[in-house]
Amino acid sequence: MEYFLQQLINGVALGSIYGLIAIGYTMVYGIIGMINFAHGDIFMVSTMISLVLLIALFSLGVTAVPIVLLVILLGAVFLTALYGWTVERMAYRPLRGSFRLAPLISAIGMSIVLQNYIQNAQGADKKAFTQLIPGGIEFFKEADFSVWLQYSQIALFTTTIVVLAVFTFIVTKTPLGRAQRACEQDIKMASLLGIDVDKTISLTFVMGASLAAVAGLMHLLYYGSTDFYAGFVVGIKAFTAAVLGGIGSLPGAVLGGITIGLIEVFFAGYVSVDYKDVAAFSILSIVLIFLPTGILGRPEVEKV
Amino acid sequence: MARQETILRVEHLSMKFGGLVAVDDLSFEAKKGDITAIIGPNGAGKTTVFNCITGFYKPTEGRIALVHGDDSILTRIDNVTATGKQWVRTRQGALFLLERLQDFKVSELARVARTFQNIRLFGGMTLLENLLIAQHNKLMRASGYTFGGLLGLGGYGKAERAAIDKARYWLDKTGLLDRADDAAASLPYGAQRRLEIARAMCSDPVLLCLDEPAAGLNAREGEELNELLLSIRKEHDVSILLIEHDMGVVMQISDRIVVLDYGRKIADGSPAAVRSDPKVIAAYLGVEEEETDEVAKELSA
Amino acid sequence: MASTDTAAPVQTPPGAAPVEPSPVRQPHPAIALLKDAAMWAAVTFILTFPIVGFKTVARGGRYVFDNNVDVVLGLTAFVFLGRILLNLTIWRKPKTATARAASGTVLDTGWAAKARRLLVPVMLVVAVTYPFLAVWASGGLVTGRYWVDLGVLVMTYVLLGWGLNIVVGLAGLLDLGYVAFYAVGAYTFALLTMNFGLSFWMCLPIAGIIAALFGVVLGFPVLRLRGDYLAIVTLAFGEIIRLVLINWREFTGGASGINQIPRPSFFGLEFIPSGPTSFAEFFGIAFSPVHRLIFFYYVILALALVVLVVTIRLRRLPIGRAWEALREDEIACRSLGISVVNTKLTAFALGAMFGGFAGTVFAARQGYISPTDFTFIQSAFIVAIVVLGGLGSNLGIVLSSLVLIGGIEMLRNLGFVKAIFGSGFDPVQYRMLIFGIVMVIIMVWKPRGLISSRAPTVFLKEKKRVGADMISEGHG
Ligand SMILES: Nc1ncnc2c1ncn2[C@@H]1O[C@H](COP(=O)(O)OP(=O)(O)OP(=O)(O)O)[C@@H](O)[C@H]1O
Ligand SMILES: [Mg+2]
Repeated sequence: MEYFLQQLINGVALGSIYGLIAIGYTMVYGIIGMINFAHGDIFMVSTMISLVLLIALFSLGVTAVPIVLLVILLGAVFLTALYGWTVERMAYRPLRGSFRLAPLISAIGMSIVLQNYIQNAQGADKKAFTQLIPGGIEFFKEADFSVWLQYSQIALFTTTIVVLAVFTFIVTKTPLGRAQRACEQDIKMASLLGIDVDKTISLTFVMGASLAAVAGLMHLLYYGSTDFYAGFVVGIKAFTAAVLGGIGSLPGAVLGGITIGLIEVFFAGYVSVDYKDVAAFSILSIVLIFLPTGILGRPEVEKV
Repeated sequence: MARQETILRVEHLSMKFGGLVAVDDLSFEAKKGDITAIIGPNGAGKTTVFNCITGFYKPTEGRIALVHGDDSILTRIDNVTATGKQWVRTRQGALFLLERLQDFKVSELARVARTFQNIRLFGGMTLLENLLIAQHNKLMRASGYTFGGLLGLGGYGKAERAAIDKARYWLDKTGLLDRADDAAASLPYGAQRRLEIARAMCSDPVLLCLDEPAAGLNAREGEELNELLLSIRKEHDVSILLIEHDMGVVMQISDRIVVLDYGRKIADGSPAAVRSDPKVIAAYLGVEEEETDEVAKELSA
Repeated sequence: MASTDTAAPVQTPPGAAPVEPSPVRQPHPAIALLKDAAMWAAVTFILTFPIVGFKTVARGGRYVFDNNVDVVLGLTAFVFLGRILLNLTIWRKPKTATARAASGTVLDTGWAAKARRLLVPVMLVVAVTYPFLAVWASGGLVTGRYWVDLGVLVMTYVLLGWGLNIVVGLAGLLDLGYVAFYAVGAYTFALLTMNFGLSFWMCLPIAGIIAALFGVVLGFPVLRLRGDYLAIVTLAFGEIIRLVLINWREFTGGASGINQIPRPSFFGLEFIPSGPTSFAEFFGIAFSPVHRLIFFYYVILALALVVLVVTIRLRRLPIGRAWEALREDEIACRSLGISVVNTKLTAFALGAMFGGFAGTVFAARQGYISPTDFTFIQSAFIVAIVVLGGLGSNLGIVLSSLVLIGGIEMLRNLGFVKAIFGSGFDPVQYRMLIFGIVMVIIMVWKPRGLISSRAPTVFLKEKKRVGADMISEGHG
């Protein structure tokens, strides 16, 4: 029972990270109908940025945790957003309205570029870091086992909820959100109606990358490690989460992420650690094949 | 006039999409050799009926029977339905329950061909290739399911030449012969519509379903289309099911008209009878029934 | 999807000039040029400053920075000058995307056709004589080894590309897990030959058939998927196979793979220094390990040519036309009595079989295999080769293999690169980075690939190639 509870907490924590990344996938897929294959790597870049900023602050003698966190958060969000913007601008925008495979191939190329860029710039070694927010609340103490809710997990949960609320507000209530939803329905029509489609799409990438940056920082705080390859599998799992939650839905993405996180943690805990990624990829296949419209979506009859 | 045989019998057909009833308890028959038109306002459910007949949609309810040969086989329809079979074949003919067949089997076995409201050609392939693809199953058999053709065995070459001749015939008939080696997508709109009909005919159908073939055609092209359809019926022993908005085409060439509105059949009969049916006029013009007399007068004026 | 759509000119939303931001009021061109260059230089600087400028290295139990700010400045200057240069040269022509009218078909004459017709026999001759050319030109077997090795590598990718071309290029099914079949072929051969002592030539067809079975098994569930979803599911399948290979240790040897796979023989003659069955002794020549490499080159070449001939023939058979029709419009196919299930599965099976062949040869050449040989990046390589070559074009695949595999490998030999970037610069280290950049650039420059027009499979009067803007992209 304690073990179960602990896994539950860990699963939701992992799932929150997936969910934050999944929002980036879901918004981009919703608007331009492409899988931003490089999004997982944008997340990875953000973990590296956070790491560099962290070490820089420490070596400058800034060690007050709240200040450190705030500076890293702002810095990482800004830089990662700029990465997202640049990637869209260089690799995707020139291909808009072209052959449909082209953006996907370009995105795969971009993913390779980002991974190897980081590998060359920061080395191939795994960067491990001691936890910045140690400790936690211990409850359900038993003789041999106790359940921990770490402070970093609490930070992760609150951040996820706050970020989700803010972004849901942006998408539903602001002019930018309206423009995004208009593009989602019909890009051509939106541009005829005077919506700056390019700007809207750029901002969507910027928003997605910002969320990836938040996820990246959380990941670094919570797991305390990263490397140049950390984005690939995480990205694919987050994409699964986006589909599972229903493409285009922000709360759906977080819900999907938590579902994937829970499945992964419980599979690793109760069935097999070795095969946990096999389980994740199997779920991905099953979701895409049998639930292509997500948990909440209805099956569609193909229009002829 | 001798009794006409039935080729298609639709009974109590219903198709629901979630809460929307696109086709509602529709029954009608199409006779062999006839041009049967299905008309109705936008969204009446005409295309949905076609999709049910050609196996693209599985109807929510109802039965669609197609006959090859002698229609006396229809007496066995309940029997076949009860056994759960998809079709039966006897010496006199065959009976297919189309709602039980997969889409490609409807074409392959029951030999029902169709065109699409929003044209669906193989745009990057040449006209000739388009017409050869329509003869896929025949050519597949001739190529020994690829193995023979790959090794150069069997009579594949001969079969392909015959298929090309057939394609040439239909290209000629639709006035497209000189563009045989061009990409289908490069054709003008009207020619694309004709090519789609030619392609459907190359699959050797007994029933040809045309979804708004005259849409977007100018007057002359419409006239040519009428002639094409009439000659197909006359020379090729094919029955035609036709969805059309253009009343000129419908009234001129169809033998029988079924009128749909909100998925329900509101009239069924000869062009003359349908034309003067107040319900039809009301449905088309969205006017109250009392006013339809005046409209009818205006129309016939 | 609708054929009428493909004829429409490329849609560019207002203000979407591909690279430059669209200024409302046109300032002086020189100022605009500098502004653009300065902006991108600034972006480059901001992006690279923290990541490239400060390399984190673990030293003495903590992380410290290696200072690389000079590289950041170099990159910034490079982008600044590069932008100006590109704006003055390549990007100067006004972009007239809409001017590319629907040209439909072009007669297969003219210089492009002549070049193509000349290129094919020349390439064939070069391919057949390549090992000897390489050895002769580099002045001996030992020095030629590198070149023969490179030839084997390029040829392997050509073979893989031609195999995947059936699935992606002809049938229009984007398969990002093709490496799985390569792996299945390699492991089948390795396990059969290690456990049952079967010879290479026995294993080759068996591995092909088993890979084809995998193709059917993996293809079946994804039949109704299209587009990006198909791509992601196939990617997942590829990863699942790799993870199973890693974790099923008793069967596959786990992460360390399988070592000491017996090498195939040349009609019973082995590539060993001496002995009655020695290739070198039999022919009375001095032993060299390069002989075996040359032998492998010809094995792959022969396989590739078989695959090529089969593909060309298949394209002209009903099944091949059905594949292409499926890429154009699946619904129309169904309305014409074509079984989508059978057609797709044959494409998957055949593509997988050719991948299995390639895997077998790979395992035999290498002598050892491990799951790291079969990562997603391999699939990405092969897909890139097919798409960059031009979907469906066998010649395009050869060209893009030469560019992507051969060309990038060539970087190693370019002296001037070292001259520019300093002697510490090893281009090989940046191979993958350059590969990714080239992938993006080719897509942006030629989204339809190098050879984008399509030769019809049959004609009545005259053979005309179909222009790229007519051809549908397929559903995935
Ligand atoms: N696959 C589908 N999913 C949901 N609703 C559908 C689907 N296909 C058709 N419908 C709905 O069914 C109704 C009937 O559509 P249908 O296309 O059959 O009309 P129609 O008579 O052919 O109209 P038109 O003259 O405009 O072609 C419409 O309300 C349409 O929106
Ligand atoms: Mg319709």
